[in-house]
Amino acid sequence: MPDYSHPETLVSTDWVDTHRKDPNVRLVEVDVDTKAYDEGHIPGAVGWSWQTQLCDTVRRDIIPKEALERLLSDSGIDNGTTIVLYGDNNNWFACWAFWQLKIYGHDDVRVMNGGRKKWLQEGRELTRDAPSHPKRAYRAKEPDLSIRAFLPEVQEVVRNRTADLVDVRSPQEFTGEILAPPGLPETCQRGGHIPGARSVTWSLACNEDGTFKSFDELKELYAKAGVRGDRPIVAYCRIGERSSHTWYVLKYLLGYKDVRNYDGSWTEWGNLVGAPVEKGAA
Amino acid sequence: MRAEDYRSFEERLEGWPVRFTSYRLGDRYYCHVDNVEPGAVIARAETTTREEAEGSAREQARRRLSRGRDGG
Repeated sequence: MPDYSHPETLVSTDWVDTHRKDPNVRLVEVDVDTKAYDEGHIPGAVGWSWQTQLCDTVRRDIIPKEALERLLSDSGIDNGTTIVLYGDNNNWFACWAFWQLKIYGHDDVRVMNGGRKKWLQEGRELTRDAPSHPKRAYRAKEPDLSIRAFLPEVQEVVRNRTADLVDVRSPQEFTGEILAPPGLPETCQRGGHIPGARSVTWSLACNEDGTFKSFDELKELYAKAGVRGDRPIVAYCRIGERSSHTWYVLKYLLGYKDVRNYDGSWTEWGNLVGAPVEKGAA
Repeated sequence: MRAEDYRSFEERLEGWPVRFTSYRLGDRYYCHVDNVEPGAVIARAETTTREEAEGSAREQARRRLSRGRDGG
C-alpha cells in the first residue's frame, strides 16, 4: 500500500492469509449484515456486532470505555495486539470499529483492503467454527474526541464556515428526495443536508472489488468537491457509520490532519427543531 | 470451506436498484439482497440451490421495499 499516507493501517488479503495464525494478530469481522459472520468467517476471526456491541445500548452513543475494555479482553486482545478489521460492503462497519478503537487509543489497528467481499471472491478459507482465544487484560485510554464532532461544533461550522462539511450519503438523500435509503426506516423528520455541505458519496472511494481507490484517485475525488485537507473537515451521513469510512479515507489514506466524524449525523440534524436545512442539487 | 460460484448482479425491484450476491458455502447456497447505496442488506436466504435462494431473497426484498414506499 505504498501510495497512502498511512499504509501501515491497511493490509491485503494475502497479508491476512499469511498472518492470521500469528498470536499477536487478532482478526475481527464487523458486518452491516450481522448474520454474515455466522455463514462463514476467516478462521480465528472474532465477530463484533455494531448493533449490540459497538454502541451504548441504553443511550445513543459509541461504546462506553468499560464495555470496550470487556469486548477487547474477551476477544483475546491486549494493548499490544495488532487488530485487523474487515467486513462486508467495502468495510463500511469495519471502519466504524476502526474509528472507535482510535477514539480509545488503540495503537495498531488495520483494515483488510477489500474486506469480506474480496476474501470470498478470492475463494479463501472460511469456517463456521467459533474461535477460542484466551482472555487478555485490556486498558483503554481516555477518549480522544479530536476525531469526533458533536452538534455544537457542527452548528459553529454552519455559522462561520470554519470547516469543510462532507455529506457522504447518496445524492438522493443529500437533495432531500428520500429520507432514508431504500428499505431502511425513515428516522428523520426532514430531508436535505446541512447548509454548506459538499456531497461526496462514501462508496465512491472504493473500487468494484471493495478495495480502496488509489491515493491520486481519492485526492482528486475530494478535491473536485473542494475538500483538499487545507481546512478542518467534518464528515457526516445518516447515523455516522458511512462517514466513519470517509473519515478513515481522509485521515489515514490521504493523511489530512484535522478530520472529524459527526456521528450524530442526519438523524440528529434532520430531527432538530429549527435547524437550517438546504435541499436540492449536490 | 471456501465460497464457490460467487456472483453479483443488479436489478430493479419496486422501482429501486438492488444488488443480488449469491455463493455456495459447503452444501448451502446463500443469497443476500442489498440496496446498492449504501449497500445495506434488506433480504437474505439460505437453501440448497442458487435459484431457490435468489427467488426467496427476491420476494423478501420486494415485500420490504413495497412497505418502505408507503412509509410502513
